[in-house]
Amino acid sequence: MEFTEDQLQRYSRHIILPEVGGKGQKKILNAKVFVVGAGGLGCPVGYYLAAAGVGTIGMIDNDTVELSNLQRQIAHNTKKIGVHKVDSAKDTFESLNPDVKVIGIKERISKDNIIDLIKDYDIVVDGSDNFPTRYLVNDACVMLKKPLVSGAILRFEGQVTTILPGEGHCYRCLFEEMPPPGLVPSCQEAGVLGAITGVVGALQATEVLKLILGKGDILKNTLLIYDALKVNFRRVKVPKNPDCPVCSENPTITELQDYDAGYCRI
Amino acid sequence: MEEVKIDKKINIKGLICPYTFVKSKIAIEDMEVGEVLEILLDYEEASRSIPKSMEDHGHKVLKVEKINDTDWTIVVRKEKE
Repeated sequence: MEFTEDQLQRYSRHIILPEVGGKGQKKILNAKVFVVGAGGLGCPVGYYLAAAGVGTIGMIDNDTVELSNLQRQIAHNTKKIGVHKVDSAKDTFESLNPDVKVIGIKERISKDNIIDLIKDYDIVVDGSDNFPTRYLVNDACVMLKKPLVSGAILRFEGQVTTILPGEGHCYRCLFEEMPPPGLVPSCQEAGVLGAITGVVGALQATEVLKLILGKGDILKNTLLIYDALKVNFRRVKVPKNPDCPVCSENPTITELQDYDAGYCRI
Repeated sequence: MEEVKIDKKINIKGLICPYTFVKSKIAIEDMEVGEVLEILLDYEEASRSIPKSMEDHGHKVLKVEKINDTDWTIVVRKEKE
């Protein structure tokens, strides 16, 4: 494909980067990225991927926009209260960049639909807000060998890690089993500073773009922890677990399980 | 100086930064290593910035010449992908 004049202008600050260029920008335009969740993390991830020109963005979320979301979920707005989040996000992202096609899925992700949903995408981004989904997405990505950029936020802290199945660690190498529901902060305790979601989401989007371009280091075998109160970024080494129940040579988890427990969805 | 064979010419008169370099870079990306690009431009700042950016990207600037009151030509050889 040849760039249109509009595209040369829109992506000019990418094209002049030695690491991107016209060839890199074409890779971005041809990329397909699946984002789990259209909330605190999905909004900034999708926003920057759309601005960058990622050609196809799949996005799954079953929720509708509520007033309490708008302190952090920047793809939505006050007029969209009551609208499905994926419809709201599609509207925002496609208005930002007509080169982008957003495929919104108004369902809950589950062991029954995840494989079909993600199999045609190049990269998966986890912006979910609960442990059952986090483990489901990890296990499915390991089984399909899909790169996964995982993010999480709570209060003033954020975490990002990039999982390359077969090459590096997976989420279960880091935390083998889901924490029991009682250890997870309840809804009342689970506050979050809205701007944190932007920091973590932008880090996830940057990881995705580097994966598409094949440039730079990524957070393979590494967990990045951001502490906003202390203004501190810490990198923690996460070795691949040779006995990991899902990504080792002899896994004990070979099919997707029923992940839902009595979790409070934040 | 021996005559250099030009493999491709582009005319970016009327463009200003950063589109002068965007167009030049897209043009050289589509060429083979060793081939030579001639750029015709009329934006003075770009007559300095394009050669610098091309060198930063690893290419060889063979010539920068003011050819009349308004225009410059820059000749660059592609050195790497």
